[in-house]
Amino acid sequence: MIIKNKAVTEGDWTVLRLNEGDAPESAEVPAGKVIVPLKVWQAQRDTLQKRTELGVWLNSDERAEDLQHDLARFAVIAVNFPKFADGRGYSIAYRLRVRLGYRGELRAIGDVLRDQIFYLQRVGFDAFEPRADKDIHEALKGLSDFSLTYQASADQATPLFRRVSRGGGL
Amino acid sequence: MYRYDKFDHKITAERVAQFRDQVRRRLSGELTEDEFRILRLQNGLYMQIHAYMLRIAVPYGLVSAAQMRMFAHIARKYDRGYGHFTTRQNIQFNWLKLQDAPDVLADLASVEMHANQTSGNCIRNITSDEFAGVARDEIADPRPYAEILRQWSTFHPEFAYLPRKFKFAITGATEDRAAIAVHDIGLAVVKNAQGEIGFRVLVGGGLGRTPIIGTEICAFVPWQHAITYMESILRVYNEYGRRDNIYKARIKILVKALGIEEFRRQVEADWQFTKDGPCTITKEELQRVAACFTAPAYERLTDDDDAVAALQRDNKAFANWMKRNVKPHKVPGYAAVVLSLKKTGIAPGDATAEQMDAAAQLAERFSFGELRITHMQNLVLADVRQSDLIELWQVAKELGMATANIGLLTDIICCPGGDFCTLANARSIPLAKAIAERFDNIDFQHDIGEIELNMSGCMNACGHHHVGHIGILGVDKDGTEWNQISIGGAQGNETSLGKVIGRAFTFAQVPEVIDRLLQVYVRERFEDERFIDTVRRIGHEPFKEFVYATPVEEDAKLAAAEYALLEKGAPYDTPYYSPRF
Repeated sequence: MIIKNKAVTEGDWTVLRLNEGDAPESAEVPAGKVIVPLKVWQAQRDTLQKRTELGVWLNSDERAEDLQHDLARFAVIAVNFPKFADGRGYSIAYRLRVRLGYRGELRAIGDVLRDQIFYLQRVGFDAFEPRADKDIHEALKGLSDFSLTYQASADQATPLFRRVSRGGGL
Repeated sequence: MYRYDKFDHKITAERVAQFRDQVRRRLSGELTEDEFRILRLQNGLYMQIHAYMLRIAVPYGLVSAAQMRMFAHIARKYDRGYGHFTTRQNIQFNWLKLQDAPDVLADLASVEMHANQTSGNCIRNITSDEFAGVARDEIADPRPYAEILRQWSTFHPEFAYLPRKFKFAITGATEDRAAIAVHDIGLAVVKNAQGEIGFRVLVGGGLGRTPIIGTEICAFVPWQHAITYMESILRVYNEYGRRDNIYKARIKILVKALGIEEFRRQVEADWQFTKDGPCTITKEELQRVAACFTAPAYERLTDDDDAVAALQRDNKAFANWMKRNVKPHKVPGYAAVVLSLKKTGIAPGDATAEQMDAAAQLAERFSFGELRITHMQNLVLADVRQSDLIELWQVAKELGMATANIGLLTDIICCPGGDFCTLANARSIPLAKAIAERFDNIDFQHDIGEIELNMSGCMNACGHHHVGHIGILGVDKDGTEWNQISIGGAQGNETSLGKVIGRAFTFAQVPEVIDRLLQVYVRERFEDERFIDTVRRIGHEPFKEFVYATPVEEDAKLAAAEYALLEKGAPYDTPYYSPRF
């Protein structure tokens, strides 16, 4: 199950994760809707690009710019959070959305928890795969922790002071 | 001061609700401590030796009388009747129950306050000059910019999980009273040739394990671009700052590794995308915020009050107080007054609920209802009529807040240390007390003159020991506490990092070591030369030589049992509040 477009839905994509020692060149990519690691995409590009549906995921130490010229090929791009406190994925998402103009599904995977989901949504994620041991309906609530934000990000092109007329009292 | 509009109120209320729910889920076990820890830290809640500690944000150190009274209320209702003002111009309460924390935040929200991002690897409370708006050497009031940056940094979605904490300081004056060189980002208001306002931006300063003085990344960022430029610095840091080693994760390490030119290139490459974009600060927004910081209704007065001058002649205690605790003001007939929280025998920066209430009353009576908290851990009444100084002095004396020691030896910056903090190697507060007792004689202190003694219980440097003229650092050797002494550090326009004089000392030796350092100073100084200037002129060697020339005796009283009691944690009852116990 995943959260997509602010609702819990069945996830029909499989995330391919390499085991330690697996070479990206020889990793077997199953048929169907698969989200492959960036390295597998880079190593097996010639065969993978023949697929009609393909997803790719970036780890927190990889760069959004590595997908710059291929964005249109992917139905899903995912960003992996090895630990929820590793905040690099937020800037990766921001770059994908705002700098590179990616409009497809952007999914947060890995250590994705309820209390980070609001910020994740703000930087451009529209799909979330919460950690398997957590209640996904609980996580869904995280999307509405705040109804207002001060600053611009991928979800809001302008800061609050340009969105509203400020200075009014209660 | 800044007043919340309905949007600020709403965001703050939503934060309180969010944290209340997080606490509920922690207590029910839905959240593990590992998951909860980072959430509570971003609400300023630490788990210390005895209980939870809550650090409340005081944006740029400015509080109203009503807010100060709220601190007193929190101290009484949820804590043990006192609070601790910190080097980030915040206030901490040491004895909280986790269950109460959401109610404390709700109480704070009722007076437009919060504890957002006072800890954690995010953008912390922005600090500033305690004399902002009243200083004679001010180019422009930094507080409107600090407030705009506060709002920008509050719950910034991209920068909540940085490699490490991130501290801003901003000054608007020619004399840097905000220690901007030892912050992750230091901002100094400057004017360009056209008279336009902008910021000189320093980056990569900081204390802690690897003290580094900040480097200029840009000589002039026009104020309109403050948000976009800062955002680019933060983005580069978020992506490239080290995350493999907590001790190398601050931005200073990244700036050092890349070199300032390469770091600047990356920042400016990113900035090109946002410069002049929608996050450019508008004139309207600056005006809206700046309107909160306009001058109060000053009377037309003149300097040099006759009664004040007469009492200065007749009463030495008052003259001392005038000399040390009363600061110049840009408006004739007014003065800024520092209320000392450094009375001998009291933990530096501590104030009781009664003192907080009284300080609030003083603010209403003498200073347009506002106070400032200084990074030196004192309070300031910024707008006092000079003709009120005598009366204010008398009341402040009764409250124990008129010690004439501002900028002197016993105006010690001190972290909570081993009595409270889980990180500390040594006890800071009892040592500060021992030093203050030894040098309590105010005439002696005035003779020694300006000197800054800073102490930290561990290398995280909350007590800014690197930039103390004399710095004391608590170190651990085989499980016992030792104190390393450095000299030659300074903050402000001539920031420098102190150098350790030699092997460390025991708790009971330190006051004697300080005494020996002062003896060398008195012997070597030119007439009005400050301690730091003497150190700079003659170097460390004469100090080192004299301190280590003969064995340093331990102070028998300090070595005695009553002090030793404190050594292993504290003599307090351990309250059963935290999941840890």
